[in-house]
Amino acid sequence: MQDPDPFQLFGKNNEMSVLNDKPWNIEAKAHLLDDAVTPNSSMFIRNNGIIPKNIDPQNWTLTIDGESVISKKSYSLEDLKTKFKQYTYQLTIECGGNGRSEYDPPAKGNQWTIGAVHCANWTGVRLRDILEDAEIKEDAVYTGFHGIDQHLSGDPSKEPISRGCPIEKGLQDETLLAFQMNGKAIPLAHGYPLRLVAGGWPGSVSGKWVNRISVRNVVHDGAKMKGMAYRVPCKPVAPGEKVNEDDMCIIESMPVKSLITYPKSGAILKKSKTLNIRGHAWASEYEVASMAYSIDFGATWHKCLLEKPVNRLAWQHFSAKIDFPAEGYYEVWAKATDSNGLSQPMVVPGWNPKGYLNNACHRIAIKIM
Amino acid sequence: MIREEWLNRLFKRLTHLIIGAISLSVVSGLLMIYLILNPSLSLVGSNLQKGKDPKTTIDPDRIENGIHVRTGLVEGKGLMAVVNNCTNCHSAKLVIQNRMNREKWNSTIQWMQETQNLWDLGKNHEVIVNYLVTYYPPQSKKRREGLKEIEWYVLED
Repeated sequence: MQDPDPFQLFGKNNEMSVLNDKPWNIEAKAHLLDDAVTPNSSMFIRNNGIIPKNIDPQNWTLTIDGESVISKKSYSLEDLKTKFKQYTYQLTIECGGNGRSEYDPPAKGNQWTIGAVHCANWTGVRLRDILEDAEIKEDAVYTGFHGIDQHLSGDPSKEPISRGCPIEKGLQDETLLAFQMNGKAIPLAHGYPLRLVAGGWPGSVSGKWVNRISVRNVVHDGAKMKGMAYRVPCKPVAPGEKVNEDDMCIIESMPVKSLITYPKSGAILKKSKTLNIRGHAWASEYEVASMAYSIDFGATWHKCLLEKPVNRLAWQHFSAKIDFPAEGYYEVWAKATDSNGLSQPMVVPGWNPKGYLNNACHRIAIKIM
Repeated sequence: MIREEWLNRLFKRLTHLIIGAISLSVVSGLLMIYLILNPSLSLVGSNLQKGKDPKTTIDPDRIENGIHVRTGLVEGKGLMAVVNNCTNCHSAKLVIQNRMNREKWNSTIQWMQETQNLWDLGKNHEVIVNYLVTYYPPQSKKRREGLKEIEWYVLED
C-alpha cells in the first residue's frame, strides 16, 4: 500500500497534507472541511501500522472475547447486518494529537496542525446490541479492540494499536460497529470492512479493520493504551517538565473546539466590507452552547448563529455576518463554549509531553481593500 | 446477389482492419516518440516496475540542493546512518517533521528499542543523535505563533 500517489490511492483531495507515508498519515485543511457531512475526499487518515491487503468480507468474522464474556462468540458480517438493527449517526472523530505542531517545547509524533478531524455519517450496529447478545459479565469495565493491520516492524506478534474505552462508552447508543461510511462501504484506509466508531473520543478509540473485541475486567492493556500514548498528565505540568508514566491519565472525551471552514484564510475583500463566515464546532460528549467571533484579537467578541447537532456527538454548524470597520489587515478568531461553560483558549493550552488536546481558537487572515 | 453482399461485407471488414492497423501504428508511433523524449517515464514507470523508483536507478543516494532526494532528509554528517537505521520501519517524513533536543531524541530511540523492535545502534547511536540534534533541533514557538505563509486571494462574492 505504500504507493506514491496517496490522493488517487485513497480518493483524497490533492490539497490534503501528507505528514507521513509509512505509516500513512494525511490531514485536511480548514477550508476542505466546509461540508456539513465530511466526504471521504477531505477526511484525515491516521494510521499506526500498515493498511491490510486482500480483505475477504465473505469470511470476515468479529469475535467477542475477554475475561468478562461468559463464552467467546463470533459473528460473520452477514450476521451483524441481518440479525441486529442498524443505525446511522453523524459522528465527530478527532485525532488526539490534532494541533500537536503548536506545542512548545515540541512534542514527538506526527505534527498535525488543524485538519485531523472529520464528521461523517456512519452506519452499523450498536456495539451494545452485540455485547448483550454475546452476554457479558457484571465485572466488565473496559472494551479493547483488535484489528488486522500489521505492525511497522513486520513482527506478526505485535499489534500496531489495540485501544478501547470504558464499558459505559462502549454501551452508548452512538457507539457503533460500522460497515458503511456516508452510505457506502467504508473506504479501506478508514477501516473496511468493519470499524468501531466511538464519536467524540480520540480517533484512536475508533479501531479500524476490527475482527475482535475483548470485554475486559481491567482497563484494557493493548498497544498504545499504556505508557505515554493517548495520555496527558493527571495534574498540570510546566512546559517541558518530565512526567512519570504513572502520573499520566488516559484521554477520554475531547475538549470543545471549532473551525472556520469558509472563507479560506487569506481572503481579500475588494469592494464589500461584509463577510459571511461559517464553520463547525464540537464538544464531544457535551454540546456547544455558544459560538463567538472576534476581529480584534479578543478585545470584543460577537455571537455567531449556532445550529443544534443532528444527533449527539455530531458537530454543529455556525455562521456570522461580519462588517469590518475600515480597510486593513484583520484576523477572524472563532471561539466555542460548551454546555459546561468551558471555552477554547486563544493561546495553546496546557503543555503535555505528547502534545495532545490542543483546542486553541482557530483563526483566519482577512484583508479589506 | 448473395455473393455480392458477401464481398461487400468482406471489403468493409478489410477497411476496418486497415483503419485499425493505421491508428494502432500512429498511437504506438506517438508512444515511441514520447518514450524517446521522456525515457524515465516517471508516471507509467512506477506502475510497470513496482517497488523500483526509476529516478533512483541513477543514484539512489543523490543529493540535490542539500537534500537527500530519496528521503527528503538534510545532507550532513551522519545522514546515511539515519537513512539506513531510521527509515526501515517508518518513513523519513516522521523524522523530518519532528524537532527535539538530545535528551528527547535519545529517549525516542530508547522507546523504539524497548517497544518497536528497533535494534541496538552500536557506534551509530551517537552519530545518529548528533545528526538529529544538528539538523532537527527544537524551534521555540512560545504560547502561540502568528499566522504564517498566508496565500492571499481575492474573494469574489
